[in-house]
This record gives sequence, C-alpha cells and structure tokens, in this order.
Amino acid sequence: MISAYIPGESWFHRISAGPKLLGLCALTVLLFPVDKPGIAALAFSVALVLFSAVGWEGYRRLMALRPVVYLLVFLLIFHALTGTFVSGLVTVFRLFTMILLATLVTFTTRMEDMLDALNPVLTPLNFIGISSRRIALAIALVIRFTPVLIGLAEELGAAYRARTGKRAGPRLTAPFAVLALRTADHVSEALAARGGADGFEDTAEFDGGLPKK
Amino acid sequence: MSNDRTLVYVSLYAALIAALGLFPLFHIPFLGGVPITAQTLGVMLAGVMLGPMRGAFAVVLFLFLVAIGAPLLAGGRGGLGVFAGPSAGFLIGWPVGAFVAGALMRGMRRRSVIVSAAISAAIGGIGVVYLFGIPGLVVLADLSFGQAALGSLVYIPGDLIKVALTAVIAESVARGLPGALVSRA
Repeated sequence: MISAYIPGESWFHRISAGPKLLGLCALTVLLFPVDKPGIAALAFSVALVLFSAVGWEGYRRLMALRPVVYLLVFLLIFHALTGTFVSGLVTVFRLFTMILLATLVTFTTRMEDMLDALNPVLTPLNFIGISSRRIALAIALVIRFTPVLIGLAEELGAAYRARTGKRAGPRLTAPFAVLALRTADHVSEALAARGGADGFEDTAEFDGGLPKK
Repeated sequence: MSNDRTLVYVSLYAALIAALGLFPLFHIPFLGGVPITAQTLGVMLAGVMLGPMRGAFAVVLFLFLVAIGAPLLAGGRGGLGVFAGPSAGFLIGWPVGAFVAGALMRGMRRRSVIVSAAISAAIGGIGVVYLFGIPGLVVLADLSFGQAALGSLVYIPGDLIKVALTAVIAESVARGLPGALVSRA
C-alpha cells in the first residue's frame, strides 16, 4: 500500500506510536494560545530541527505541502494589509509548526503501528457492534477498492473511445455507478459465502479440511 | 441490509472518495490551501446513497485512513498534518455533511429521487460542510468570519456541479439498481 511512511532508524522512528501521538496532541494544545511571535518562531525552528530525523527524503517530501505554503503566504499578506501583521506572523508560524510536527509523526510511524496505538481508542466501538476485526477488514477493502474503481472508470472510458472516437466525459457516470455497485454486491456475496466478516475466526483454525464437529 | 453488505458498501464509498481524489481529470488545485477536489462528490454520494449512519461511517473510515498516513486526499496529501492545516474544518464537516444528507434523503422518501437527492446533497454537502469549514478557517487561519466566507465562495460553482452529479447518479441508480440506494431501501 502506498503510505507516507519513510523507513529509517532515527531516534524519532524508535519512539513508539502511542507516545508520539499523545505528544502531538499535547503540543497542539500548548501551542494554540501562543501569541508572542518570538515563541512561535522558536517552536517553528525546533520543529524544523526535529524534522532532520527523517533526513533529506523528509525535507524533499515536504514539497507536497507547497499548496499550504501558498495559502499561508497569502494569509500573511492579508494580515499585513489589514494592519495585523504580528498576529498573522504568529498564526503562520503556529500552523507551520503544527503541520511539520504532525507530518513528522506520520513520516516516522508505520500505518500498522499507528493502528495498534489507536486500538484502545477503537475498542469502545465494540459495544456498538464494530469489532476491530471489522475495522481491519474495512481498511483492507478500501485499499483494494480504490485501484479497482479507477480501473473500472478507465476501462469504461477506453471502451467508449474505441466505439465512438470521442472522449466520454460525464456521460459514463451512471454506467460507472451501476458497475461499481454491482462489484460491491459481488464482493459482499463472496464475503458471505466465506462465512462473513465475523467468520474468519473459524478459517484461521481450519485444520486439514475436515468439517468441525 | 446484512452486516457484511453494509461493511462492503461503507468501504466502497470510502474508496470512491479516495479514487475521486486520484482522478487527474477532477483534480484542479486552486490557489493552494483548500483545493477544488471531486472528493466532496464522494461525500455527498455517501450520504445520499447510504443514508445517515452508513454514509457518515464511510467518510469517517476514509478520514481515518488519511489520518494514519494514507496519502488519499487530493494532491496525494495524507497523514496527521492535514488535520492541523487551515482546511481541517472542512474535513471535520465531511462526515457530518454526509450524515445530514443521508438523514434528509431518508426524510424525503416520498419525493422523487432526483429532487430529494439534489436538496440533500446541497444542504449536507455544501451547507453543513461550510458550516464547519468557515469557522475552521476563522479559528485556524485567524481570518474574520466575512473574509473566510468570501474566500470560500470560490468553491461554490464546483460544488453545485457536484450536487447535480449526485442527483443524476442517485436517480440512475434508483432506476438501474434500486436495492443499492440504501438510504431508501
């Protein structure tokens, strides 16, 4: 699965997911009421230095944040024009710091570890009938469905071009919807045929193909 | 609807939101920050087609995947950073919007599919989402309410197209595969 995780052995990678997430929450709360530009700038520099834990690859991947940078620059100009430059500066530093730290946690934590760390938070969902097994299965289905849906759309578009020589545009929306929903129905039938989402326990203990007594 | 079918449908709509973000056709980043994406089309569809609870679950499932690091938001963004950015309010508004759209769709079950889908998608997918997104901009980007609302106007035309698409899709599914319109089934 495509993931934002950057493999590495840095000290930040070694901190387990739980403390990292808790720390991030705490910092967000602490940083929010800051209104002195000096403190905000300091927090930002600390975040930048911490970011060195993911090395060059990390800084390079930060380029993906370009749209956010544009918006923040725009925000700063806006504040400057309306005479609230200092509060704009604090806001921009604070937002940058929070985004950097959150991104750092994402870059240095495997998705599996993140899920494990969130397990205690998810456990209460058991009471309304959503077991962690169902969540895991749903995540796997989303990851599998995404490329399948894109493939379906491309196939439909290619077939339309082959028939007409024109680009399809929005007129394939309805056939795509019906096709996608049919696919989902097939998947749920296949799931039911294998004992359903909660039927996996038996499969795991399946021994030698003999039916259980 | 069986539990397993619910699980698969919820996952399907979460994947649809992800796929819409990857479609180059629809992905037009605008001025940065809050990009124009087709993903809110997925949010509207989840609510209108699945009903309130399942629709909201589909959106939450998608956001959960994004939060734990899957780069599924338009432009390949993902991870916890997006919830610290200025457009976090809109993301938080998505599941609520899907819920409201689903509830309205269910409430108008006597009216024609295309009309009630359009109304539900407009109120849930535009009204509710901006109800969260604009205060989000005010708090996170330190803008005044008027400024944030004015800036968000840019996205309304695109959103209206998505409402129309949602209505058309709901109508064609109601005709072609009525069982899949779970909000009415």
